[in-house]
Formats: sequence, structure tokens, C-alpha cells
Amino acid sequence: MTNQSFSNTGALATFIFRLDRLRMLWWLVGLTFFTLIVPAALANLYSSDQERQAVAETMTNPAMTAMVGPGDLDNYTVAAMTAHQMLLMTAVIAGLMGILLIMRHTRGDEEDGKLELIQALPTGRMAYLHAAVLVQLLLAVVLALVIGFGLAALNIDSVTVAGSLLYGALLGASAFFFAGVAAVFAQLSANTRSATGMSIAVLLGAYLFRAVTDVVNDDLSWLSPFGWVTKAEVYTSNQWHLLLIMIGAALLLFVAAYYLNAIRDLQRGFLPERTGKRTASRLLLHPLGLALRLQRTGLIAWAAGMAVLGVSYGSVLEDMETFFASNEMIQQMLAPEEDLTLAEQFLPTLFVVIAIVAVIPPVMAMNKLRSEERHERLEHLLGRAVSRHQLFGAYLTFALFNGALMMFLATLGLWAAGDASMDEGLSFTTIISSGMVFFPAAFVMIGLAAFLIGFAPKLLTGVWLYILYTFFVLYLGNLLDLHDWYGYITPFGHIPEAPAETITALPLITLSVIAAVLCALGFAGFRRRDID
Amino acid sequence: MEMIRITNLTKKFGSFTALNGVDLTVNGGEVLGFIGPNGSGKTTTIRVLLGILKKTEGDVAVFGKDAWADAVEIHKRIAYVPGDVNLWPNLTGGEVIDLFLSLRGTIDTDKRDQLIEKFHLDPTKKCRTYSKGNRQKVGLIAALASDADLFILDEPTSGLDPLMERLFQEHVNELRAEGKCIFLSSHILSEVEKLCDRVAIIREGEIIESGSLADLRHLTRTHLLVKTKTPLTDLTFFDGVHEVHESENGLSFQVDSEKIDEIIRHISRFGIEKIESAPPKLEDLFMRHYEGKKEVPSGGETDD
Ligand SMILES: Nc1ncnc2c1ncn2[C@@H]1O[C@H](COP(=O)(O)OP(=O)(O)OP(=O)(O)O)[C@@H](O)[C@H]1O
Ligand SMILES: [Mg+2]
Repeated sequence: MTNQSFSNTGALATFIFRLDRLRMLWWLVGLTFFTLIVPAALANLYSSDQERQAVAETMTNPAMTAMVGPGDLDNYTVAAMTAHQMLLMTAVIAGLMGILLIMRHTRGDEEDGKLELIQALPTGRMAYLHAAVLVQLLLAVVLALVIGFGLAALNIDSVTVAGSLLYGALLGASAFFFAGVAAVFAQLSANTRSATGMSIAVLLGAYLFRAVTDVVNDDLSWLSPFGWVTKAEVYTSNQWHLLLIMIGAALLLFVAAYYLNAIRDLQRGFLPERTGKRTASRLLLHPLGLALRLQRTGLIAWAAGMAVLGVSYGSVLEDMETFFASNEMIQQMLAPEEDLTLAEQFLPTLFVVIAIVAVIPPVMAMNKLRSEERHERLEHLLGRAVSRHQLFGAYLTFALFNGALMMFLATLGLWAAGDASMDEGLSFTTIISSGMVFFPAAFVMIGLAAFLIGFAPKLLTGVWLYILYTFFVLYLGNLLDLHDWYGYITPFGHIPEAPAETITALPLITLSVIAAVLCALGFAGFRRRDID
Repeated sequence: MEMIRITNLTKKFGSFTALNGVDLTVNGGEVLGFIGPNGSGKTTTIRVLLGILKKTEGDVAVFGKDAWADAVEIHKRIAYVPGDVNLWPNLTGGEVIDLFLSLRGTIDTDKRDQLIEKFHLDPTKKCRTYSKGNRQKVGLIAALASDADLFILDEPTSGLDPLMERLFQEHVNELRAEGKCIFLSSHILSEVEKLCDRVAIIREGEIIESGSLADLRHLTRTHLLVKTKTPLTDLTFFDGVHEVHESENGLSFQVDSEKIDEIIRHISRFGIEKIESAPPKLEDLFMRHYEGKKEVPSGGETDD
């Protein structure tokens, strides 16, 4: 009987592989590309030890440690630089890939009813889950090998073969580990959206946890899987046993997922499915209320997440201040701005990261309109006395509100934590305004989503690619000495770097106008087209 | 009064023509049965009627207004149940019904509660946990509890059990008695025969037949499968007997409804051992429509 549980896994794995091969290829190409260009570019840009140590100097501060983790700053070779600046972030993205890919074929297919069809075929009860896991394993191994050998093939002195292989393996293991996290949540929750949400919350939680503990007490970082990634000291001492810990932990997660899967019924979870209200509240009876209600849980979760992100970054400001106080060179470098504390001058770097994360929930909120359409639920509304204006307007309004709220909460969290911990405190208005200047950029992203929903809904993924592009350019632009031009083609590149720079109105107004035009065009397109 | 007037409606999806010059009118107080095989364009027609899809050519008017431009005005007087009722997994049935009702106008709570009770729906459950039939009920209750002038129902009874199906039919008859207009797409011919005054048949995006049920009488034949003690003869000489086939189980053939009495009398003389009858299948109607143009192979089995 136990053997039968897995029968036909092979055929199913081939099937899943065929369905996902392009999607997996894109992830693989993307991750490999960004991993390989960085050391290649760094080797070109910083050819001497001195130049590299100068970069190390700018990295030696708690804010950077919180963001990218600890690194071998005393011996900042090209390899050390790459591992320090890229490995952790790439591991987070690899983890996200693992979550998204495995969720499609676990709870995703189950909720859609596809799994029911498959289970009615002569396949084992566990076969589909097992097949999905095997495909993830294959992807993780390929990712590890391609990146490992790819890095080694760059032929840069400090980029050793052993280090490269460990680098690749850690990325593969991160993808596999978070696929395991997602596989467990896919058993616990009967709802794909919430299972994905909880998995991503764990991913970001693991990242933020170590952001704080890396600065405050790095022994505690052992509790986060991302702590294992940085503690492996790739290219320095190459701690392979951390890779084994990660793989072991991933296997435990999968065992748990298989067990939970075996003891539950199809289309059920373990989190209680509560009964709800007999009648609708007044709020729900309007398209805007419905949009709000459908996204309520997500809104609350993201709001909490953004506040935590702000607080995490805010809580390292005090360490930065102490650090700067003891470092005369930096004091001289940053001296000119009299009325700002040194930590405040570092804020734009943190705000950019916060702003890019904060743009994700409003874009999701806008895209929800398309997802409702694809689930054939807009028909219910448009078939009643709801106009396309109202519908589009409701989702757009909610997305804008969402965007402003997310940025505000993160900024507020940063201010509160910073103000509480720092001797001098932080100016509320300075901090809040420095954060909120990013709103027009978020508005452009929401506008782009709105435009695509109206005119080319099939290309909606383009927004995410654009956001990803923005992230890479802003994250790596300085380091790779990218031409300013790269920054100019993303709205975030035009935002004044407050509080270090003064806030000027022109770019903000221009961006808002562009965004408004995009929204208007999207509106017009949505009125004119077929609803799928 | 004309409730729906479709003239020369064409709808293309890219290069694929889903509807090709459809003409259709529905008058006030009429119940129209809209039938056709899978993929023939029923749902597409309905979606164009509702302004969810944009017509490629032609004119579509509901209540004398343009179905696309005046969609919202029109929908205030329409109740619609889609073929696949996809609901929000984390709202309860009760919430969805209220939402649907309020988006049209005001909520008649008495009527709503009565219907919920009659259809045996638990409105406190999340839609995620509803069976297909229960989801269908949510759509039906929201439609029936509303005070619309025109009801557009796309395969409303798919997934309902026979009891619920009957309940639904009772409600449709009530609506008809109130003089409401109903546009009913269905695959169940017996249901259409029971409920509808007029029938329109669509095939590959074209209306191939439309008229009152009496007009379409020639389309309604009954399938018979008969086994007799002594071999049945002469059957083919009767008017109104078609497609006679012999098999191990007996003789199968189709009889025009008005000839059935005559035929049964004839058969009974041969000593009936077994007789099975089946209503005409949609497929047969279409096949018959092409009768004479080409020979249609028929298996001759009834499916009972
Ligand atoms: N959005 C679309 N894009 C392309 N083709 C479509 C689209 N919607 C429907 N079609 C095609 O149009 C044709 C008519 O489909 P429609 O859904 O109207 O059929 P139907 O009569 O309702 O069938 P059923 O009885 O199965 O419900 C089908 O061939 C279908 O594949
Ligand atoms: Mg249909």
C-alpha cells in the first residue's frame, strides 16, 4: 500500500516539468545572469586592492550589515565583494522562486480542482506532491550547478572553484528550503493565496530577523535560514556544513509536508475554516467595499510587514551613529551637511529599499482586478448595475491608498524605532517627508499596471519585471558604476534623495502627471475591451 | 414590447468567428429557450447582451437601449445567472447574495430569506466550501430574489439535484405568471419544453431554427425501443416513423409526437415484451435538421 502511494510519480513529474519548463528557465536565466555579471563587472571596476578596500570602508556600517549581511571586509577581494553584496539577496529571490513554483502544483492545483482529476487516475495519493517536489529538487540542483560552474568559469583569481560551488549550492538549497516551507503551508491552509502569503511572510521574516540580529547579536542569526547562508562564509572559509544543515532542514520540512498531506482530506487544510456572517455588512455592498474586503487580510499582513521592515532598519540607526562617531574618516566625508545627523545622511539608501518593497502590495492590489477577471468573477458585477468606471476606479483607489499607507507605515516604523533608540532623536517631519517622496514613483508603477490591465492584460507581468529592474539598478547601480541613464528610466531614479538632498517639486509633479496619464489610458482601454 | 432585439450580430475572437449574423428577438412576457450544442455560442451571445463582450458587428438592444453603451442602465432591470458561478472563496454565501442584490437595487430581505430556506442553502458557509450545486443556488437565489424585468439564465440548473431543479421550474413559472421575460439557455430539452414559449436553436454561431414550440413540433420526436413476441413488421410504411434500426435488444426508431398513439396501437398487436422511450436528444434535433442533406449514421440505441 505504501508503495502504491507513489505510483506514477515519474509520469507526473515529467508532466509538471513540461508545464513549468519555460517558467523555470526564465528564473534560472535571470538568477544566473545577475549572479554572473556582478563579479565580472566588479573585477573590471575595482582592479586594485586599494579601490576595493575603499568600497569595503563604505560597507563597514550597521545599516549595510542589516541590508546585505556580514562580509569579509578586511580582505575585500572581488569574490568577497560578490558574496557579501549578492549572495543574501539572491538567496532571498531564490527562496521566493521556490515558494511560487511549488505552490502552483500543490495547493494551487488542488484548489483549482485539477488535483482531483489527477487523483482519480491510477496515480498514488502522494504522487503529485512527490512529483512537484522532485521537479523543485531538479531545479535546485541545476541552479546550484549552473551558478557554481558559471562563477568558476569567470576565471577571476579570488573566485575559487570550491567557493563558487558552495555559492551555487547555497542558492539551490535556499530555493529548496523555501519550497519546503511552502509545501508545509500548502498542507496547513486550504487557500492558495494565504498559503503563499504565509510562506512569503516566513521568507521576509527570516531576512529581517537576521537583519536585526546580525547587527545586535549575531549568534541569534543562527535561528534564521538566511543566517546560515551568510555564516557559510563563501569564498573565505567555505563552511560546507552549513549547506548540509540547510538541506537537512529542507528535508525535514518536506517530511512534515508529506506527513500532513497523508493525514488530511483532499481540498481541506488544518487551519480552521470558520463559518461567517449570514448577511453582508453595509461596507461590502459597494464595489470599493468589496475590493477592500477581498484584500483585507493581505492589506493587514503587508501593513504589519512594512512596519516591521521600518522598525528593523530604524533600530540599526543608533548603531550607525555610534559607529560613525568612532570613525573620523567618514565623519570628514559626510561633514558638510551641518543640520543633519550622520545617520540621517545614510537614510536615502534605506528608503530606496523600503520604497521598492512598499510598491509590491499596491501593484498587487491593482493586479487583483485582472485576477478577478481571470477567475470570472467580474461578470457578477458587470452583469449587475456596476459600470466599468466604478469597478476600475474602485481597484485604482484602493491601490493608491494601499501604496500611500505602506510607505507611511514603514517610514513611521523607522522613525519610531530610530527616535526611541537614538540619543538625539529623529525629526518626525523630516523622516516622514523623506519617505513619502517616493509615493509618486509608486504611483507610476500602479499607473503602469492600470495601463496594462486596460490595454494589454496578457503583458501584466511586465510590471514585475520593471520593478525587478528598478531594484537591481538601484541596489547595484552605484557599486557597478552603472551609467546614470539606467537610473533615469525608472521612476525611482528621479526621487530626490531626502533628507540628504532637498526635496524639489518638479520631478514629483512630472512623475505624478505621467502616472495619471497612464491610469487614464488604462481606464479608457478597460472600458473598450472584452472581459475575458 | 420588445425586450431584446439582436440584429445581425457577429462576434469574432481574433480570427475565430464565434457568432455569425445572429438575429433574435424576445418580447415582453415571453420565456425563450436558447439551445445549442457545446461551444455553439450561447454564452457568448449572453455576454454580448450584457455588455461584457463587445460585438464585432450588428446591433444589440435590450429594453430598446444599446447593450454596450447603456449597460449599467439596462442591468438595473436585469437578473443574470452565469453558467459557471465562480464565487469569492472567502466570502460567505449570505454575503455574496446581499452583495449581488444590493448592486442591482435594494434588498428584499423577506424574499431572500424565504428563498434561502426553500433552496436549503447554508448562508453562513464560506463559498470555498460550497459544492457546485450550492454555488449555483447562490446565483439563483440572488436572481430570483431580485425584482427584475428580464432574467438571463445561462444553464441555471446545471449541478442542481432534481428536487432543486423542480423548485427552480416552479419559480420560473411564477415569474412567467407575473409577466416577466426570461432568456433561458439550457441543454435540457425537457426543461425547455416545460418552461418555454419559444425556442431558438444556435449551432456554430448561427441561429438555425427559431419559433414557438408548436412551430418546432416537427422537431420533437420520441425515441422508442421495442421488443415484441412476434416480429414487428410494416413499421416503415407508417408516416412519422424514422430511423428504424434493428438490434439484439429489439427495434429502435423515432416517432413524431402526433403519431405516437397510432404507432403504439399498431405495435401492441405484436405482443410487447419490453418498451423504452426517451425524449428527443438535442443532438437528434440537429441531425434531423440536416436530414436530407446528408445521410446521418445513427447508433439506434436509446439512452435511458
Ligand atoms: N474569450 C474567448 N476567446 C476565444 N474564443 C472564445 C472565447 N470565448 C468563447 N470562445 C469560443 O467561442 C465559441 C462559443 O463559446 P460559448 O461559450 O458561447 O459556447 P456555449 O454555447 O455557451 O457552450 P456550452 O454549451 O459548452 O456552454 C467556442 O468555440 C469557444 O471556444
Ligand atoms: Mg455556455
